[in-house]
Amino acid sequence: MPDALVTLDGVTKTYSGITALDSVSLSIVAGEAVCLAGENGSGKSTLIKILAGVEQPDRGKISFSGQTQGPLNPRISAAAGIKVIFQDFSLFPNLSVAENIAFSAEIGAGARLYRRARIRDLAAHTLQRIGVDIPLDVAVESLSVAHKQLVAICRALATEARLIIMDEPTTALTEREVRVLLGIIRRLKADGVAVLFVSHKLAEVLEVCEHVVVLRNGQKVAEGPATEFDAALLTRHMTGRDVAATPPAPLPANAAVLMTVENLNKEGACADVSFTLHAGEVLGISGLLGSGRTALAKALFGLVAPDRGTITLNGKRIPTGNPLAAAEAGIGYVPEDRLTEGLFLTQSILQNIAIGRLDAHSNAMGVLDLPALMGGARDWLKRLSVKTANPDDPVRSLSGGNQQRVVLARWMARSPRVLVLNGPSVGVDVGSKSEIHGIIADLAAQGLGVILISDDLPEVLATCHRVLVMKSGRITEEFDARAVSETELAHRLAS
Amino acid sequence: MPALQRILSTTEGRLAVIAFGVFIAMALLSPDKFLSVQNLTSMAFQFPEFAILALAMTITMLTGGIDLSVVGIANMTAIIAALILTNVTGSGDGWAVLALALCVSMVVGMLAGLFNGILIAKLGLPPILATLGSGLIFTGIAIAMTGGSAVMGFPVATAWIGNSTVLGIPTPVIVFALLALGVSLVLTRTGFGIKLRMFGTNPLAARYAAVNIDAMLIKVYIFSGALAATSGMVVMSRANSAKADYGSSYLLLAVLIAVLGGVNPYGGYGRVIGVILAVLSMQFLSSGMNMLQVSNFARELIWGSLLIFVMIMNTWRARRA
Repeated sequence: MPDALVTLDGVTKTYSGITALDSVSLSIVAGEAVCLAGENGSGKSTLIKILAGVEQPDRGKISFSGQTQGPLNPRISAAAGIKVIFQDFSLFPNLSVAENIAFSAEIGAGARLYRRARIRDLAAHTLQRIGVDIPLDVAVESLSVAHKQLVAICRALATEARLIIMDEPTTALTEREVRVLLGIIRRLKADGVAVLFVSHKLAEVLEVCEHVVVLRNGQKVAEGPATEFDAALLTRHMTGRDVAATPPAPLPANAAVLMTVENLNKEGACADVSFTLHAGEVLGISGLLGSGRTALAKALFGLVAPDRGTITLNGKRIPTGNPLAAAEAGIGYVPEDRLTEGLFLTQSILQNIAIGRLDAHSNAMGVLDLPALMGGARDWLKRLSVKTANPDDPVRSLSGGNQQRVVLARWMARSPRVLVLNGPSVGVDVGSKSEIHGIIADLAAQGLGVILISDDLPEVLATCHRVLVMKSGRITEEFDARAVSETELAHRLAS
Repeated sequence: MPALQRILSTTEGRLAVIAFGVFIAMALLSPDKFLSVQNLTSMAFQFPEFAILALAMTITMLTGGIDLSVVGIANMTAIIAALILTNVTGSGDGWAVLALALCVSMVVGMLAGLFNGILIAKLGLPPILATLGSGLIFTGIAIAMTGGSAVMGFPVATAWIGNSTVLGIPTPVIVFALLALGVSLVLTRTGFGIKLRMFGTNPLAARYAAVNIDAMLIKVYIFSGALAATSGMVVMSRANSAKADYGSSYLLLAVLIAVLGGVNPYGGYGRVIGVILAVLSMQFLSSGMNMLQVSNFARELIWGSLLIFVMIMNTWRARRA
C-alpha cells in the first residue's frame, strides 16, 4: 500500500483547559474523498487548522507522504499541497475571476509583475480541468455563491493541490449546485487529488466519499467505509443520541397572537415578509446561507432599517430600524456571532449580564444599586447553570455553551416578550445544546414568543412548533414542525 | 517576594512603583532643590491643570475615542471667562462676577463637548479627526475674540482658584481631587460609566445589547468639555490672564498620562487611580528635569519618546498574555 498523503497520529489539542481534539488519528490517501463529520464544537475546525499549519497540536504526529513533520506552519502545509477552502472562500471580491484563480500560484512562483496573459491562461486551463465555464474577466463579487466556491476550488487547484479541505461546502448551495460540486469532486479524484469534506450535514456528500470519520467532543467516535453509513447513523454518531429529541407539545389552538409582522421589506435582503407569532410559540425560520434569514432577524430587532413594513407587538406598532425601541417594547436578540456581536470578551461575566439591566437598577441620578444589579446577575448565572469558578472573571474564559448562556441571561433578565435567537447553538457542545433547547422550551412555556433562526434542521424540528422556509429574501413555505421530516425540510430549503 | 510580585502584576501597582522610583531618583539627584518646600509647593500648584485634562482624555479613551480639542476648549472658555471678568464690573472683590464667569465658561465648555459629541455620535466622524478639527475651531474662536493677545486685569477674587490654599492645601489640588473622585465614582458606580467602558470593549456588542450609544457618546464628550473648561479656569487664575495659545504642550501630556496610567487607547479599560499615579510620575519627572536644567525642547522629545515606549510595552505585554 502506498504511503498515505496525510496521516495524523494521536493528535491532541487543548485551549485553556478545554480539550478540542483528543488523540485523533486519521489518514487520507491520494484520490480519496473523506467525510469528516461532527456537530459544531466537535473539533472539526481545530483539525483543519492543525492540518493547515495555523495551530500547533499539543501532542501527536503528523506525516505528509510518509514523512514525519516537525512543527507545521501555513507555508509548509501549502507547499505540501494542502489547501483549505474556508466557508467564506477568502476571495478578493474586487478582482476578476482570472486574477483570483491565479493569485496564489503567481505569488507562489514569486512573480513580481502582473502577467495578464499568463494569468488568463492559467485560469482558463484550471477552469477547464474541472469542466466549468465562468467568464474570466468579471469581478468575483458579482458571482453567485456557488460560482465563488468554484473559483476558490480553482485557486487551490492552480497551485498543485494534493489535498483540498472543504469547510462546510454545501451550506449555501442549492441541491442542483451541490450536484455540480459532487461532479467536480469526482473529476478531482480521478486526477489523484484527495478531498476532505468537513461538515455537519454530510448525508448529501456520502455518495462521493470512500471514507467517513465522525468526531464528537474532540474524539473520534466512528470511522469506516462510506457504504456502511447512512444519514441516520451519521446523526446518531454525531449527536451521541439514539432518538431525535421529541418535538414540543402542540400549541393550544387558542394561543393569543403576540406579534404580527407585515410586509417587512429591505431591498436586497428580505422581500415582503409577513408572519404572526403566538404567545408560547417557538417559530423556526430556516434557510440557506444568504437566504435573508439573518437580515430578517436583524430587522425584527431594529438593527437593519427596513424600507417598509410594520412590526406590531401586543397590538402596538414598534418603530422599525431602532434597536432601543425594539428592546423597550420587549424584543430581545441573541446574535449569530457571539464573539463579535454578543459579548464584551474582556469584561467580567457579571457585567456581561448586567449591561441589560443598568437602567432598571439606577436611581434618578444614574447611580447604580450595585448589590441588586450584581445579585440579579448572579441569580441568572445560577438559574441557567453557567459553570464558572469566579463570576468576576472575563467572559472570555468561559466555554462556548456557557458564553451563550450569558448572552441568553442578559436578555432573559429583562423579561422580554419576544426573543429572537439567531443560531443559538452554533459552536456549542452537544450537552449545552440540549440544555439550551430546554431553556427555549421553558421560555415558551412561560408565554414568551421565541423566533429561532437556524439552519440546523434537527434543532429546528426539536424545538419549534412551526417552521418558515426562506429563500432569496422571501418566505416561501410554512410547515407544522410535527408534520415534516428532516429530509423533506432539507429538500425544501435547497430546491 | 510574593507581595512585590502581586503589586507588580497590576498596571496600577507597577505605576505606584514607577512614581515612587521617579520621586526617589529626583530626590537623590538634586536633594536640596527637589525636596525643598518651595519645589514641593510649586509642583502641587502645577500639576492639577494638565491632570484635569488627563481625566477628560481618560473618559474619552475609555470609549475607544480621544478628545484632542481639550486644550482648545480650555483656552476658549478661559478667554470667555476672562472677558466677562474684565468687562462686567462687580462690587467688592468681584466674587459675583467670578461666579458668573465660571458658570458661563462651564456652559460653553459643555456646548463645545456637545458639538464634538454630535460630530462623533450622530455624524459618525472618527473621534481623532472630529476633535482635531473642532480643537482648531475653538482655538480660532479664542484668537478671533482677542486678536491673539492675552486678556488681563481680573478682580481679586479670581486668584482664589489657582493661587490660594485651603487649610494649607493648594486649591487646584483640591479641585483636582474632587474631580478625580467624581470621575472615579461615575465610572464605577453609574450605568453611564459601565456603558462607556462596555462600549469601549466592543461597540458592536453594545449596539446589539440595546445600549443607547448616541446618548452615551454625546454625554462623554460633554463631560470631557466640562472638565476641559475647569482646567481652563485653573490656568486662567494661576496665570492671572487668558490667552489663545496657553498650554499647547498639555495635549500631548494629557494623552501621555492617560496611556501611562494604564488606560487602554482602544477603549474598555482604565482606572482613575492609575491616572493619578501617572500624573505624579510626570510631575516629578518634569520638575526634576527643571532642576537638572533640561531644555524645554528636549522635554517634548522626551514626552513623545515616553509615549511611544509605554505603548510598545503595553502592546508587547498584551501580546504575551
